[in-house]
Amino acid sequence: MKITILDYGAGNVPSVERALQRLGAEPHRTSAPECISKAEALLLPGVGHYAALVRALDEKHLRAPLADAIRRGVPFLGICLGLQVLFRSSEEACELRGLNLLQGVVSALPPSVKLPHMGWNQIEKKRESSLLSGIDPGAYFYFAHSYAALDLHDSTAICSHGAEFTAVIEQRNIFAVQFHPEKSGDSGARVLQNFLRLAA
Amino acid sequence: MSLAHRIIPCLDTDGERVVKGVNFVGLRDAGDPVALAARYNAEGADELVVLDIAASRDRRPTFLETIRRVAAELAIPLTAGGGIRTLEDGRAVVRAGADKVTVNTAAVERAELISELSREFGAQAVVLAIDAKRAGDHWDVMVRGGRESSSRDAIAWARMGVAAGAGEILLTSVDRDGTQSGFDVALTAAISGAVTVPVIASGGAKSPAHFVEIFREGAADAALAASIFHDEVQSIHALKQFLASNGVEVRLPC
Repeated sequence: MKITILDYGAGNVPSVERALQRLGAEPHRTSAPECISKAEALLLPGVGHYAALVRALDEKHLRAPLADAIRRGVPFLGICLGLQVLFRSSEEACELRGLNLLQGVVSALPPSVKLPHMGWNQIEKKRESSLLSGIDPGAYFYFAHSYAALDLHDSTAICSHGAEFTAVIEQRNIFAVQFHPEKSGDSGARVLQNFLRLAA
Repeated sequence: MSLAHRIIPCLDTDGERVVKGVNFVGLRDAGDPVALAARYNAEGADELVVLDIAASRDRRPTFLETIRRVAAELAIPLTAGGGIRTLEDGRAVVRAGADKVTVNTAAVERAELISELSREFGAQAVVLAIDAKRAGDHWDVMVRGGRESSSRDAIAWARMGVAAGAGEILLTSVDRDGTQSGFDVALTAAISGAVTVPVIASGGAKSPAHFVEIFREGAADAALAASIFHDEVQSIHALKQFLASNGVEVRLPC
């Protein structure tokens, strides 16, 4: 299936692309607004600073086409910053606005633990999840972040590092994960495969 | 739910082939990086580190090609470095497929390199590699592949590097490296207690008990080794089973 990856220069775009190709999908990278408007399925990877993603969305005029496509029901998968940008804003760059498609904000994880939250952690399902279908409850996923959605209202699955935070979101056509499925071995590949199936 | 302790194989390369030596000298060929990467990915390694220990300018394109070929084999994070002197060097390594960049000598000489990389790629992508050697009551930061002392205190430098934007520390004990006499517990515990970021312990690993010790007493978040994995003295899977049976949380395949 054809899947459009928003390429704003994030470091993990090539590995996301490779992971999708291994699953037999046809990823297509773009930073053109018109390609986003026409996309059948959208994937927003992201790693690094929140501001870099939000500024790129605005500078490349991708904010409106992306938000419109998601509102229209185009299947969307956000990874790491691609999850965080769905909220109203982030403490990492308070002056910038997120996409505001989900209620709440992104906050810093507490300084009582080592940050970034870096490495393999388990998640706990709070609701039925199609994205996590067929995945062992004890499976580990690779995380690399210092900020997170601490409001668990919309969480499909949570993780904990100093505080509980949203690890997986699944709402209608909106799917998002705080971890990096493209770096999470077999369990990560299963998440991507589930998304491809749901988007088809 | 808690963070697993990571096991990280390291490929020291001359840009193209994996090499190994004791205390950073006497190098010999230890295999093809791409084949080893594929094996470690399948065996349950949590990450992979690839270093260009020759780091000569004219062999740079060869090393970048090695990163590209290694990255294509992996469904786990890849850290690359060796000879990273500028932001542009870091960009080339990330573009070739690395998730994280390690900096060492050039950062000691110019700490702004850490901040520049951190601003562009985020702290999670910047690994400060520190080669430390016991010098009386403290540890000296060694540079140029562990050969020269920078006359800097390792604990102070680790703190400074984190303040500059490093998101992780790869701590190698020059005293233990290649000796297979166990990780440097005192050094690792001292650095781990001094910084707020994860610490990867390196140098001296041989037996599974060394790993238990560095996680329990050294407060390491991850442990790195090279030759014991390359030579199949120790399988990653068996090591993780040993750690799990000793109450150390690790990621085992479900």
